[in-house]
Amino acid sequence: MSVNKQKTAVNAAELIRNNSVPIMFIIICAVCIPLAGFSPSYLFNEIITRIGRNTFLILSLLIPVMAGMGLNFGMTLGAMAGEIGLILVCDWQIVGIPAMILAVIISLPIAVGLGLFCGRILNMARGREMITSYIMSFFINGIYQLVVLYMMGSIIPIKHSNIKLPRGYGIRNTVSLLRMRQKLDKLIPLKLFGADIPVMTFIIIAILCFFIIWFRKTKLGQDMRAVGQDMEVAKDSGINVERTRIISIVISTILADIGMVIYLQNMGNIATYSSHSQIGMFCIAALLVGGASVDRASIGNVFLGVTLFHMMFIVAPAAGARITGDSMIGEYFRVFVSYAVITIALVMYETKKRRARSRVGEQLKLEQGTGEEAA
Amino acid sequence: MNENVTENKSIKERIDGLVKSFGLPRLIIAGFLLLLYILAPIVGADLPTQLTNTINRFSWNAIMVLAMVPMVHSGCGLNFGLPLGIISGLLGATLSIELGFTGGFSFVMAMLIATPFALVLGSVYGWLLNRIKGGEMMIATYVGFSSVSFMCMMWLLLPYDSPNMVWGLAGKGLRTTISLEGYYNQALARILHIRLGNFEIPTGALLFFALFAFGMWAFLHTKTGTAMTAVGSNPVFAKASGINVDKMRLLSVVMSTWLAAIGILVYEQGFGFIQLYMAPFYMALPAVSAILIGGASVNKASIANVIIGTFLFQGIVTMTPTVMNNMVHMDMSEVVRIIASQGMILYALTRKTEGGK
Repeated sequence: MSVNKQKTAVNAAELIRNNSVPIMFIIICAVCIPLAGFSPSYLFNEIITRIGRNTFLILSLLIPVMAGMGLNFGMTLGAMAGEIGLILVCDWQIVGIPAMILAVIISLPIAVGLGLFCGRILNMARGREMITSYIMSFFINGIYQLVVLYMMGSIIPIKHSNIKLPRGYGIRNTVSLLRMRQKLDKLIPLKLFGADIPVMTFIIIAILCFFIIWFRKTKLGQDMRAVGQDMEVAKDSGINVERTRIISIVISTILADIGMVIYLQNMGNIATYSSHSQIGMFCIAALLVGGASVDRASIGNVFLGVTLFHMMFIVAPAAGARITGDSMIGEYFRVFVSYAVITIALVMYETKKRRARSRVGEQLKLEQGTGEEAA
Repeated sequence: MNENVTENKSIKERIDGLVKSFGLPRLIIAGFLLLLYILAPIVGADLPTQLTNTINRFSWNAIMVLAMVPMVHSGCGLNFGLPLGIISGLLGATLSIELGFTGGFSFVMAMLIATPFALVLGSVYGWLLNRIKGGEMMIATYVGFSSVSFMCMMWLLLPYDSPNMVWGLAGKGLRTTISLEGYYNQALARILHIRLGNFEIPTGALLFFALFAFGMWAFLHTKTGTAMTAVGSNPVFAKASGINVDKMRLLSVVMSTWLAAIGILVYEQGFGFIQLYMAPFYMALPAVSAILIGGASVNKASIANVIIGTFLFQGIVTMTPTVMNNMVHMDMSEVVRIIASQGMILYALTRKTEGGK
């Protein structure tokens, strides 16, 4: 009886420890929501919009986690590819859904190329994939600037001056996507509790979820999980480890590309030089808030994460302003929280990994000890 | 290398040898900088002014690059958490002004005040890094980011009220940039300052760096310094020979954090302003890429790497805009800088590390 009770207590402690980040966030939201004083319908509306806007992007992170490559900070690469596609489509004055599809088609080869490059580099930097993919996003950002700021308009033809800088080449800081703004979200109009539901976006997200579930069961998906668990064992059982890892990054980059197009059609404009820079950080923070870790992330984590993280994002500035009388405090607070969450999640993952490793070591020692005794 | 052997080798082999010992990207960057210096007078930029700029910027940044050395030696990798040390330095700087110190003395006080902050924050940071061996660099990055964004709130909330630092209208909350005019602007550079026409040397600041560089060199040759290097190159061996691995790593992190704090103060005395809020955010990356350009790797770094690296990196930063502007009337320097520095970090991360990790 008492053993049983102890066990449940241990389980509860384990449960809390494993889900400490989501629990922390639920508490933050619970404190901030009444302080912010928003009406429930406003909050509901905002959350639905943000779920539609961000979920696809966050889902793109799942496959590299499965392949044991950690959180793919290189998803920014896909986002940049998507932006290039959108800029070109915008210049060609194509509107609505066809524009989005065309943007995806144009940017697809770029995303695949960048994904291949990123995957190759990450194979060379095994064991520090995350920091490498993170620096990779900066490096490609430099090349993106070279292309968009100097080559567009001078080498790559850009016709319309409303997206060009006055000097004749380079793209303006913001490119308006007015003609495709929320075209996808409002394709099937539906109003629920006073909020516009982006039905079509949700359908696409659902399709992607099913794709990921299906993908896990395919041969390639199984290979990826094997690689994620133990690269050496996977290699011995005849899996081409390097190729599998590259494919996981390429898929992630492509998904991030499509995700970015969906994200920007909801926003209605591109901040040419900054839209992508924060995307990786916010998506990863959202995924971690949902209870994912570096080696384990599920679709459930994505949805819980996107809801909690963006709830905090909406209410924190208002709550901060209410408490301190300074609206900037709230702004800084939510940035701080996103970074702190990533830090805590990374630290927890590393300590857990170390604990597991020392446990395996002890077990081995124990087994060896008994073996020697028997001998 | 034996001279006779070198002579017998074909030119291609010799170039190969040079590339191997110096590293291809480093060679490209050094060649690029040389090209910029040759081009500068041709396109009409004043070479002495350019050299002065490079040397000035060298003197501002060198100590922050030096801060990378201890952690690389103890096997903690590149200190992407540099902003934590920078925060300590900023606390020292702002408190020194708040307490009413002026002139060159405020620089000494800023250093003194920053030290306890650096020691405490560095210890906590070191303790954290000891718990997560193997994943240092990623977590260091985020420790830096979190601390910067946390301090963003603190700069607004802490009860500073020196009229030279707070927002004029509200009377509270620190400004984003604070002028050091009347405080320690050029405090080091002014000492023994040399001027030859357009060519200037901030002797004091260079000597100050030389002092630290020599100190670091001497430290690495003491018993503790050697132990630290041993921990970095082979932790198992170091443990077997009775070195307290965790203590060495902690010491290296504290040293790195403290050097970063001093480094930002030296940077400010040259630059003339204190930059708060998001400014320290990406300051780790230039320092990291500078030491890598200088020939360091993730687990090997020397004082020479620091000096060569800072000179090359700052050379490119100062030279590209001028030469590019004069040549094609197009300021591509920012893009060139990003690609060169991030490319360098990427290159270093993909190298196989020798020794056990």
